[in-house]
Formats: sequence, structure tokens, C-alpha cells
Amino acid sequence: MRAGPAGRLAWGTLITVLYLFLLAPIIIVFVVSFDDATFLRFPPEGLTLDAYRQVFDNADFRSALQVSAVTASITAGLALLAGVPAALALSRLRFRGREAMESAFLSPLLVPNIVLGLALLVLFAPIPLTDTYTGLILAHLGITIPYVVRTVCASLAGADPRAEEAARTLGANTFTVARRIILPTILPGVVSGGVIAFLLSFDETVISLFVSGQSVTPLPVAVLQYVEYRSDPAIAALSVCLVVLSVLAVVLVERSLGLRRSLRSG
Amino acid sequence: MTAGGTGTGTGTGSDRAAPAAAPAVAPRSGPAAPGRWTPARTATALLLPGLVALLLTYAMPLVWVARMAFNEPLPGGAIRQTLTLGTFTDVLGDAHYWRVIWRTVELGTLVTVFTLLLSYPLALFLARTTSRWRGLLVALAVTPLLISSVARTFGWMAILGSQGVVNKTLMSVGLIDTPLQLANNMTGVVIASTEIYMPFAILVMISGFGRLDPELERAAASLGAGRLAVLRRVVLPLTLPGVLTAGLLVFVLSLSGYVTPRLIGGGRVFVLATEIYDEAITALNWPVAAVLSMLLLVLFGLVVVVYTRLQRLVERRVLGEGGTAS
Repeated sequence: MRAGPAGRLAWGTLITVLYLFLLAPIIIVFVVSFDDATFLRFPPEGLTLDAYRQVFDNADFRSALQVSAVTASITAGLALLAGVPAALALSRLRFRGREAMESAFLSPLLVPNIVLGLALLVLFAPIPLTDTYTGLILAHLGITIPYVVRTVCASLAGADPRAEEAARTLGANTFTVARRIILPTILPGVVSGGVIAFLLSFDETVISLFVSGQSVTPLPVAVLQYVEYRSDPAIAALSVCLVVLSVLAVVLVERSLGLRRSLRSG
Repeated sequence: MTAGGTGTGTGTGSDRAAPAAAPAVAPRSGPAAPGRWTPARTATALLLPGLVALLLTYAMPLVWVARMAFNEPLPGGAIRQTLTLGTFTDVLGDAHYWRVIWRTVELGTLVTVFTLLLSYPLALFLARTTSRWRGLLVALAVTPLLISSVARTFGWMAILGSQGVVNKTLMSVGLIDTPLQLANNMTGVVIASTEIYMPFAILVMISGFGRLDPELERAAASLGAGRLAVLRRVVLPLTLPGVLTAGLLVFVLSLSGYVTPRLIGGGRVFVLATEIYDEAITALNWPVAAVLSMLLLVLFGLVVVVYTRLQRLVERRVLGEGGTAS
């Protein structure tokens, strides 16, 4: 479509405005986090790093951060242990019911988190696994495994299975094939899947609300409960930290497998 | 469950590396001896950890919550183990829950319409731009997806609140005297949710816009089609399947969204998700929460049915028109 200068300008303006709308909350949070007021206002009148100091001085936030970091690390590790072998089987082996298995491994993404959260509460509360690390990690495992399966499958889909057969024909044993051919092939998928699993677990709010309690409170739950009663620059500073973490993760994923391939649904 | 798997390999010992034409060089492809690593056994071993994890963290909880819907709630959070449809009929006979269901559908519809309207130009731009910043532009549009929705919702509270950016700006310019009510109501929830789901829509749309070919547009233009005609007859039909898929995803996500209605709604916007949480955690009425969850899943099912119908309709029309266009 060729457009005149006026049309071009209108189109460019529209795209810019849409980008601004999309990024507005992140930009605002960033600006507010440097304000020296103790309440929320805009634009800031004085600049300070007090809000960041408050975040790190707050014992509740510190322990919540620890809970989230531990939970997300273990969840990502377990999701890789469960997801990588499954992805290998799903994309490199032929067996009866393979398609059914593939759907089964992606199906947790079809259930809304609010339903899954309640479901986990109903199952875990009597055992009792609620308000424990074990319960929190198990709760996050179901929603992170599908992403690992998807990213590892995506990295295998781009590779030629004949490379593995050629290596075998040339005398490589199973271990050598796994180390020299399969591992380098799936590595971008494993890295992307692990990072996404970590981030999903770290940011997971709704499911955590159901299975966490007073003693094991992950960061998003602590923030949500804080925000309900007051809003001040400290929360903005904390949000900026979360944004920075996400951006780091995005760069890692983009560098290894590519963001679009990792997140594409279906 | 599937027809695909049964046709190809019921004989698990068949080795696909060795075609039937060369039996002499394939000594390993004999019938499976017990204890040997056949593909089926290898697959089982590889799938087992994942299957156990999914059983514990996904399948079992869903069965448990479905079972809970048929129990009877007693006063004070107690539950009587039984098999009754009583909780279903109680919920469906209560006008309050019908209002909640209606609110949920209303919110989902509004958010989906606005999200699609705002995401379409961006996705179109990203799909056809030849800028060397394309990667960065795509990342900018999609990155919010991985940013905590609590943080983003907090950003919207700072924008839409009575002391927020919008009201402060409008008042200092003198356009309004009293703050607009943009938060703690449906308006705020719709605005914030729209922004929160836009990255999902954009991502799905870019993936679905693969059939969009600048050559086609140029051909249509050179044949005398005006800009509007190109957009309506070429671009829109080719991108409609992607838009529909994005619509399905956004609708389903916003039907079950919890964080934004709770925080921006300020306890005044009641949708199924907030109601499920309140029944389960505040009222300790698990059977009612379970029934509401089942209703939400039914709503999901209905949406998917409508989507499948629409998608088939669109595919048929696009293929018909695309056949003459290409």
C-alpha cells in the first residue's frame, strides 16, 4: 500500500500512540519510583532513591523475595527434569498415542489459573500442603512444564533428525549422540524453557494466592496484599525491580531461542 | 483418543531408520526381544516423570475440584461429603450469581473488542515493517507479556486513580474540575485489562499474519484497487483468521482474569474470578467456589465452540477469495 505523506504521518502517529499506551504503566511506574513523596503523585517534584532503600529495608519484602527466588529456581529445575525428556520423546520417537500425549502435555495452558488455583487448594489443604514450599512448587510445576516441552520441541523441530542417524551410522554410541548432537541442538530450547519457567513461577500470582499462607508468601502475593491497602513509591520501586528481572529474562530468551518461537501459542 | 497414532506404528519394533528395501543392513530391526529398548519403551521412560508431575499438579486437582462441586456446604465452612446437584441449583437460582456471570461476559466482550482494535494496527505494522529495528520493535510490543501483571496493574492504578496522571493532567489544563472516576469501577478495569492482554493479541496476530504478502497488495493496487479496497478485499480477509485466534485467546484470558478486576475494581467489580476467590478464601464455601469454577469452564467451552464455527466460516471464505487472488 502506498500512502501519501499525510497518510504516512497519520499512520506513524497512530503506531506511536499505541506503543505509548502499551508501555504507559511501565513508564509511569519507573518515574514514580524515584519520587521523594510518601504517597503516589505525578509528576514527581523531587527525585530520590529512598523508595528503593525502603524496599530493601522491608523485612516482609525480603523474605517474600527469598520465597519467590527459591520456589522459582526449584520449579524451573524440576520443570526441566520432567519436560526435556518428554519433549525428546514427543518429537523424536514414534509410538502409539503420541498426539494424545502431546495434547496432554500442553493442556494445563487451557485451564484458567483461577480454576487451577482453587483445584490445588482443594487437593492440597487436607494433606496439608498449603502454605509450604512443597505445595507452592508443585502448584507452579503444572503450568511451567508445558513451556519447557514447547521450547525444547521448537528447538528440535528446526534440526534434522538425520544428523543423529548419521552419527550413529558412523559408529557413535547413544551417549555420544546425546552429548555431541542432541544436547547442542536442544540447548537453546532448554535455556529458554528454563528461563520462562523461572519467570512464570516468580511472577505467578493467582495460583499462589490459593496455596500460600502466612509463613510461605511469595513476592507477587505480598505485593498484591500491600497494594490493596496503600500505594506508595516503594511499590513502584519494587515493580521496577520486577520489570528489570523480566527484561533480563527476555534478553536471555531472545538470544537463545527467540522470543516469538518460545511464546507462540500452539 | 487419536486416529493419527494407531495407523503409523502398531508394531513397536519397526525401525524407521531401516527401510524395508534393505533388510540385509538392518540387523537391529528384528522383532523386539523382552528387555530391549523399543521406541515405545523408551518413550514411556522419557514421558514418565512429566506424566507423574502433570497427574499430581493438574489432573488430580481438577478431578478433586469437580468432585467438590457435588458436595453440600454447611454453615461455618464445613462440608458434607455427598453427591448432590443442590449447590448447582442453589447457585443457578441466585440472581446475584447471574449478575456476576453477566458482568464477566460483559467485561470479556469489551476487553476483547478494544484489545483487537488497538492490537491490529500494531501487528500489521510489525508484520510488514522492513525497519532494521524490527526485532527491537517486536520485543517492545511483546515483552510486557513477561512482566508481572501485578506491577503493570499497579502502574494503571497510578495512571487512572483520582490523584493519577490522567486526572492531574486534565485538572491542571483546566478541562475538568473534579476528578473523573476512572478507577474502582468497570471503566478502569476495561482500560487496564485491554493493555494487559494486548501483547498476547499482538503475538498471536503476527504469527497468524504469515499469509500477508506485500506482492498481493501491490498486485491489487496495480489492477486499480484503491487503498481502502486493498485493505478491505486483500489485507483484512488474509489477516482475519489470526485476528479470530487472538480474539479467542483474549476473551478466554479476560473471562478468568483476577488481578486486574480485584486491584483496579477496588472491591466494586464482581466477576467470576473474584467471586471464586472470595467464596473459597473469605467465605470458606468450597462447594460454591467449585460450582462457579465449573460454570467458568462451561463458558470457556461455549467460547471455543463459537470460535471453531467462526474460524471454519472465515477459512472457507478466505480460501475462496484467496484462490482467485493468488
